[in-house]
Amino acid sequence: MTAMVKAEAVHKSFGRLEVLKGVSLEVDPGQVMCILGPSGSGKTTFIRCINHLEKINAGRLWVDGELVGYRQSGDKLYELRDNEVARKRTEIGMVFQRFNLFGHMTALENVVEAPIRVKKLPRETAVRAATDLLERVGLADKVDNYPSQLSGGQQQRVAIARALAMEPDILLFDEPTSALDPEMIGEVLDVMKGLAHTGITMVVVTHEMGFAREVGDRIVFMDDGRIVEDAAPGAFFAAPRSERARSFLSKILSH
Amino acid sequence: MQGGAASAVPPDEIKAIPVRHPGRWVAGLVVAFLAVAVIGSMATNKRFGWSVVGHYFTEHTIVHGLFVTLELTAAAMAIGIALGVLLAVMRLSPNPLVSGISWVYIWFFRGTPVLVQILFWNFIGALYPTIAIGIPFGPQFAHVNLNSIITPFVAGMLALGLNEGAYMSEIVRAGIISVDEGQTEAAQALGMTRLLTMRRIVLPQAMRVIIPPTGNETISMLKTSSLVSVIAVTELLYAGQIIYARTYQTIQLLIVVSIWYLIFTTVLSIGQYYLERHFARGSRTARQSVFQTWLPFLR
Ligand SMILES: Nc1ncnc2c1ncn2[C@@H]1O[C@H](COP(=O)(O)OP(=O)(O)OP(=O)(O)O)[C@@H](O)[C@H]1O
Ligand SMILES: [Mg+2]
Repeated sequence: MTAMVKAEAVHKSFGRLEVLKGVSLEVDPGQVMCILGPSGSGKTTFIRCINHLEKINAGRLWVDGELVGYRQSGDKLYELRDNEVARKRTEIGMVFQRFNLFGHMTALENVVEAPIRVKKLPRETAVRAATDLLERVGLADKVDNYPSQLSGGQQQRVAIARALAMEPDILLFDEPTSALDPEMIGEVLDVMKGLAHTGITMVVVTHEMGFAREVGDRIVFMDDGRIVEDAAPGAFFAAPRSERARSFLSKILSH
Repeated sequence: MQGGAASAVPPDEIKAIPVRHPGRWVAGLVVAFLAVAVIGSMATNKRFGWSVVGHYFTEHTIVHGLFVTLELTAAAMAIGIALGVLLAVMRLSPNPLVSGISWVYIWFFRGTPVLVQILFWNFIGALYPTIAIGIPFGPQFAHVNLNSIITPFVAGMLALGLNEGAYMSEIVRAGIISVDEGQTEAAQALGMTRLLTMRRIVLPQAMRVIIPPTGNETISMLKTSSLVSVIAVTELLYAGQIIYARTYQTIQLLIVVSIWYLIFTTVLSIGQYYLERHFARGSRTARQSVFQTWLPFLR
């Protein structure tokens, strides 16, 4: 079984600042992996590398057995063209902290845009699928609303529907509930829980310990650009092995 | 009981007496008085020659000139906008050659007076009487006689349009930069290519920033197009000049020409209002425009 995501000694620097200092991991198909860690530890940077929004400086990264951003021939690496990178991204869905819905399009238009323009689906097919998806995330009555007319929680659910509309093999979440008011966090987490049971692979950067413990198959704890701990949720939350994870947990859980 | 007290308030729509603005009435009266005085003096001053103005207002040469001006403005703006979008996208390209070409273009066309550019295009036929299409120093496939293609109208249109492209590209670029980067990232994460992202996601949202200054440019172009009178294109101003060179009714003809310019700048402003409203789709901030206040009264 090929890993859905495989990272081998991934390094990433912004100028002189080294943000990822050798990250290696494998995510199996269908797994829900939660990435925890203090601010600035490189969590966002790592999941942005997975769909090539950031270029890695060293190491190798594969999604579904294919190199991210490059083609290997012999021992030479060739950079992929813009349209080749784009094609691979259709298999990877991403949900952002700040939603990033297209502001000039209604909820429905946001969801059908990529299926129609990228996948070239007929409009009726795309609209039908999008309507179903919006219903699934509980927004059947908001299809014609613009993002500015939706609450944060509703916007994030549209963003999830938009990512799902491309039928990706894997979904990346970057702190999907961090920009939300407390009463809206639950509705987004509920949608994500529902997804976890469908067998899609999920990599979730989150500060929601309850979600990680309940829904995660696996916890990865990052600190200072490295993976410090990689464990099952039960083991991790009961007794983290490293001192850094312990102090992180005690800080988060104490309030 | 507090709840009882609250429900005692009648649920009717509020019909309060609005705040009075006595200052507005005073100001209104002063303005009205001044307006009557100015209009009265202009109407009774024989030297304005209003009957002459009325006579030439729809005179054949003037109307023809008006159409030339409108054609020239439309064509130059069409060239300018298309070129502006192209140059702006090129300028933001990661390819240094492509962005460099755009930079040089803008440097050149913004750096020389448009009047000089108009004269240059008019005399291009003197520099290159014919253009040969073919392989440099090799066989040639076709000859084009530039003197017959570059009429004064075409020279004016090219000069104004190419010059406008340089200015429009900066306006479009400002619009593109104003769109949040998260929009591009979301589009790319969905597998949209750079060009598709630009066309479907970035440019439509950049429009809100691009349209007001473009309206400005169009209005400005309507008037700047009068510069091509120097190469004897019979646009609105030159049409007026032709007539007063014969009749010496200079002021009356300048008034005729000015009124026509005013009419069409007004038409353009109203068009801009509707365009802005269209592209404000999905935005929370309602636009306040002078037309929003006054158009309902005009209908
Ligand atoms: N585009 C960039 N240019 C320069 N530095 C960057 C850039 N993006 C991230 N960094 C830096 O890289 C480090 C890791 O950032 P990253 O966003 O990956 O952290 P994070 O673990 O997601 O933190 P948080 O929990 O606050 O979101 C930080 O020090 C940040 O300042
Ligand atoms: Mg982050």
